[in-house]
Amino acid sequence: MRAKILASNPIELPIAGTKVCAGFPSPADDYLEDPIDLYRLLVPRKACTYLWRVEGHSMIDVGIYNGDILVVDRSVSPRPGHVVIAIVNGEKSIKLLKHGMRLSFANKTMTHFTLPEEAEVTIWGVVTWNLHRHLP
Amino acid sequence: MSAFALVDGNSFYCSCERVFEPSLERRPVIVLSNNDGCTISRSEEAKALGIKMASPYFKIKNLCRQNNVAVFSSNYALYGDMSRRMNEVYHLFTPEVEVYSIDESFLNLTGATDLPNYGQKIRSTVTQWTGIPTCVGIGPTKTLAKLANNVAKKNPQFNGVCDFTNKNLLENFLPLIQISDIWGIGRASAKKLSQLGIETAAQLRDTPTKRIRDIMTVIGERTVAELRGTQCIDLESVAPTPKGCAVTRSFGRPITTKSEMIEALTHYVTRAGEKLRSNRVAAGAIDVFMHTNPYNKNVPYRNVGKTVRLAAPTSDTLILVKYVTAMCEVLWRDGYKFTKAGIVLTELGPPQQTDLLIRNDPRSDRLMQALDSVNARFGKETISIASANIGQKWKPLSGLRSPNYTTDLKGLPIARA
Repeated sequence: MRAKILASNPIELPIAGTKVCAGFPSPADDYLEDPIDLYRLLVPRKACTYLWRVEGHSMIDVGIYNGDILVVDRSVSPRPGHVVIAIVNGEKSIKLLKHGMRLSFANKTMTHFTLPEEAEVTIWGVVTWNLHRHLP
Repeated sequence: MSAFALVDGNSFYCSCERVFEPSLERRPVIVLSNNDGCTISRSEEAKALGIKMASPYFKIKNLCRQNNVAVFSSNYALYGDMSRRMNEVYHLFTPEVEVYSIDESFLNLTGATDLPNYGQKIRSTVTQWTGIPTCVGIGPTKTLAKLANNVAKKNPQFNGVCDFTNKNLLENFLPLIQISDIWGIGRASAKKLSQLGIETAAQLRDTPTKRIRDIMTVIGERTVAELRGTQCIDLESVAPTPKGCAVTRSFGRPITTKSEMIEALTHYVTRAGEKLRSNRVAAGAIDVFMHTNPYNKNVPYRNVGKTVRLAAPTSDTLILVKYVTAMCEVLWRDGYKFTKAGIVLTELGPPQQTDLLIRNDPRSDRLMQALDSVNARFGKETISIASANIGQKWKPLSGLRSPNYTTDLKGLPIARA
């Protein structure tokens, strides 16, 4: 609420700063918690987490589809069983990491993936989540 | 003894581009300044081709084409985000970090043991988490840390970490360092000193204080004390309140109509207003300037500017735009080709310090808050001032800019599955 003081230069002054509520306090007040923060679940470490877009169909057996968004954590050490962003001769790709640090597709209908001879491979990061949109 | 580190990204902008385009590894890479004017970052391979810092692009275009150089317009959204990530990593190693520039930070490592090893750990963590290669210089003062960083960068045998808290190492290298490479020694001082026979960091350090006082300013004296290992410059982990806020740009092509100039200036002052509000300050005065190409003798030359004191300090974009538009009306003349313009907001201070006699619209703060949060949530310029968006044909050239890989869902890096 505000009162107006009439003068040559009118200014507004607040009379009361806070709202006064009538009625009963909510019984939930003591139990209030923050809403679930999905970001904290998906990105526990902001500095090393990146999002990547999927293009292609070679990983559908592990539930990664064309157009999905992958959450990739660079701080995780890659181990067999991880889905990784692999740089093969400079090309950015998504692969499944197998024993002996071999790379593979995850699509039974596709011919086996074999690394080109003397391929240069680096693991860019480890996929921690896949965001797949179900609503068309 | 205190210990400081200066950590910086190697060829930082080029390295950022390489993180998301790994095929550029080993290929020469350069990044151009705003408006694709000249080189501002070069990979080692590009340096080896003889491309110098600040080379005008049109002069090296052929060289780049012949040598398969990857050329990028600057992508500050990307570099800024990678810089933020690097600083978050530094905070794993010390609570005291001073962001010195977009690619350099000072870290207070006082109390850490086995500093060279600690430095290597910082390097490897930054590389793992962000993909950016770094060099670490360590010293008992910030000046020596900066020198050590320079040494680490130029001498591969250090493997990226040089520790000048090691007295033997310091003694060996100070005679080899030119005074012009010392942080805080400007070109003028360096010239003066070399005329007096003082050429190396060791010579400068061993010059008696009394003599230094005769030759240099207080700043110079402080630098010499720091060379001797006496700490004079503290870590500034809290960024100082900015004194002014400038947004100036060269245009992609010259502006010849008043409406386009107003559009450009509205755009700049909108950005400046956002900066003010994120720093929680208000501006007390505005400078506006514009000029034509000073190097082209064939077109009429005009270089004008104006400063106006605001009726009350504000960070309200709508008010700022009104002032800037009025100032543009005064400064504008038809018949000139303007190539650059800018606005500078000065006399920055706390936002509440308003004249009691001037009535501030209480809706202003809430409107600006709403504007900022909509733009933060839905992307830059989701809501903007109408006069900022007529055609934007004057926007700086940036045809070779990479996607905003880390700050825009539409720019995410793509991996083949």
